[in-house]
Amino acid sequence: MTPTTYKEPTARGYYGQFGGAFIPEMLYPNVEELRDNYLTILADPEFQREYQQLLRDFVGRPTPLFEAKRLSKKYNTRIFLKREDLCHTGAHKVNNTVGQILLAQRLGKTRIIAETGAGQHGVATATVCALMGMECIVYMGSVDMERQRPNVERMRLLGAEVRPATSGSQTLKDATNEAIRDWISNPVDTHYIIGSVVGPHPYPDLVARLQAIISEEMRKQLLEKTGSELPQYVVACVGGGSNAAGAFYHFLDEPSVKLVAVEAAGHGITSGHSAATSVLGKPGIIHGSRTLLMQDEDGQITEPYSLSAGLDYPGIGPLHAYLAAEGRAQFISIEDEAALRAVAECSRLEGIIPALETAHALAALGQLGAGPNDVVVINLSGRGDKDLETYMKYADSIK
Amino acid sequence: MNNRIQQAFQNKGKKLLNVYFTAGYPRLQDTVPVLKALTAAGADLIEIGMPFSDPLADGPVIQQSSTVALQNGMNMRVLFTQLKDIRTEVPETPILLMGYLNPVMQFGVENFCREAAAAGVDGVILPDLPLDDYVDEYQEIFRRYNLKPVFLITPQTAPSRIRRIDELTDSFLYLVSGPGTTGGANTQAAGVQDAYFQRIEDMQLRNPRLIGFGIADKASFQHACQYAEGAIIGSAFIKALENTEDAPAAAKQFVQSVLN
Repeated sequence: MTPTTYKEPTARGYYGQFGGAFIPEMLYPNVEELRDNYLTILADPEFQREYQQLLRDFVGRPTPLFEAKRLSKKYNTRIFLKREDLCHTGAHKVNNTVGQILLAQRLGKTRIIAETGAGQHGVATATVCALMGMECIVYMGSVDMERQRPNVERMRLLGAEVRPATSGSQTLKDATNEAIRDWISNPVDTHYIIGSVVGPHPYPDLVARLQAIISEEMRKQLLEKTGSELPQYVVACVGGGSNAAGAFYHFLDEPSVKLVAVEAAGHGITSGHSAATSVLGKPGIIHGSRTLLMQDEDGQITEPYSLSAGLDYPGIGPLHAYLAAEGRAQFISIEDEAALRAVAECSRLEGIIPALETAHALAALGQLGAGPNDVVVINLSGRGDKDLETYMKYADSIK
Repeated sequence: MNNRIQQAFQNKGKKLLNVYFTAGYPRLQDTVPVLKALTAAGADLIEIGMPFSDPLADGPVIQQSSTVALQNGMNMRVLFTQLKDIRTEVPETPILLMGYLNPVMQFGVENFCREAAAAGVDGVILPDLPLDDYVDEYQEIFRRYNLKPVFLITPQTAPSRIRRIDELTDSFLYLVSGPGTTGGANTQAAGVQDAYFQRIEDMQLRNPRLIGFGIADKASFQHACQYAEGAIIGSAFIKALENTEDAPAAAKQFVQSVLN
């Protein structure tokens, strides 16, 4: 059944067959408290006043919509970059953490926990905790701590404690497990700021609503720059999918807009070293929601791989699983090498060094089939400074 | 229809010891010998863990045992094959399967229930199965195979929800002793914990209760038994199996150290 809107999950948090809240009883009261209060708090004028003011004065919104003329020329279409890399802390993640810290305050919480992959969400969480004077603990896979060291140091400088997750592949999935366990152990005073549109209901909806500011601004800016609020394409990378959810949100119910979600194929879809969930996944349960999930035939969760620490997650948000199942969004997979080439291309043609995550979206440009009269918006979700060590290591392959 | 869990609570004039261990741990073929040794030594109920790669409610000890069991090649098919003839050797002791929903879903819930019932399993504990989903989708299937679901209750569970869980249950209630994952050190002040156990006791629920999480030895077992019909030991037993060459002997010794 096709709903009248893709935006709204059901009362139990389902998008079609995906979503829900599959959590142990130990988490039930926390999640219930959030579920019962988040919509009221988000709608509260005082919350909105404070949230909008922080987005403007602290985050630096609205972020520009930049017409990338040289990239446009190369791909023979009209390309705009939504500059989330210009947000304070260098990525879109802060839109969500600013909103959730205000929510946590209103729920009377005094301690914040978070998980992080590339470190962007961890930095954004540590930043708002510093702003509000809250205790902050960030779980990060020990492999990710190694490959994203600048962000680990940023979090520490901001006063957060970074705790390594040493189980499994020691990446984002395992950091998320550890954060959930912390929440189980601290059910009363702690709020868990999830960084993507994943986890039990209401997180996917909450995070999507807080990131929806991206597409809200896009529509206004497109109207100014092109005379129409609606582009032909909106393109974004997907790990869990928060930047894509924000970029798609106000276009979800506009059938003329093609939504393109770009996943990390790692060494190749069939290589056994990939994170392309929409291709390799099947319905299953991870971190409290039913979604598409990379798993073996026994239902054990498979270790995903991507050179990009923000994309090697074995699931995607339930909204994205639904968009894939309904065919509302087109999913494209991009290998490590193509992403690295896109880093170089964007850097040299536009003077913008993108995050490795974002580079996957840029690398999909050649596969869109967009024509000279089409408007393509790419959500430039984060800046690439944090990835400089990786870029140096692969300097030869990004010539 | 009566089943072995209900009988165990009816027949016993004493407090019940429920022991958890992970299937296929420490070695793949240890499942049945450990189960037999536990019951022979006096354990009253057995919980067999179905290993999962990402066990959210478990602490490091049980998670590590699951990782080892998966590396040993344990999976649902192997487990049901191992348990095929268990009722000829362990006729009366209730056996429960404990695990997470995803492997069960992939196996197929109906298939899972059919195989479990055929092997003589009496109950199922799936901590991440939501109550509403259980009622809407699975209750009928569980009933058809006479499998009793067991739900968890924590110090934060609201009284109205405890009543609902009690209504949906006809085996026992699993009282999680305090905040935390399995095997965690109990950080709650003893008085706070006792007040919670007492509060549940005062609710006069239909079902008997077993207390679990953080129960590790004779002292903590006996303490828990003051407030319930018995208690559940998991991580401490897994630790006792960790470096042993003779898992059944370690199982026997462990149960005796708790009961004697």
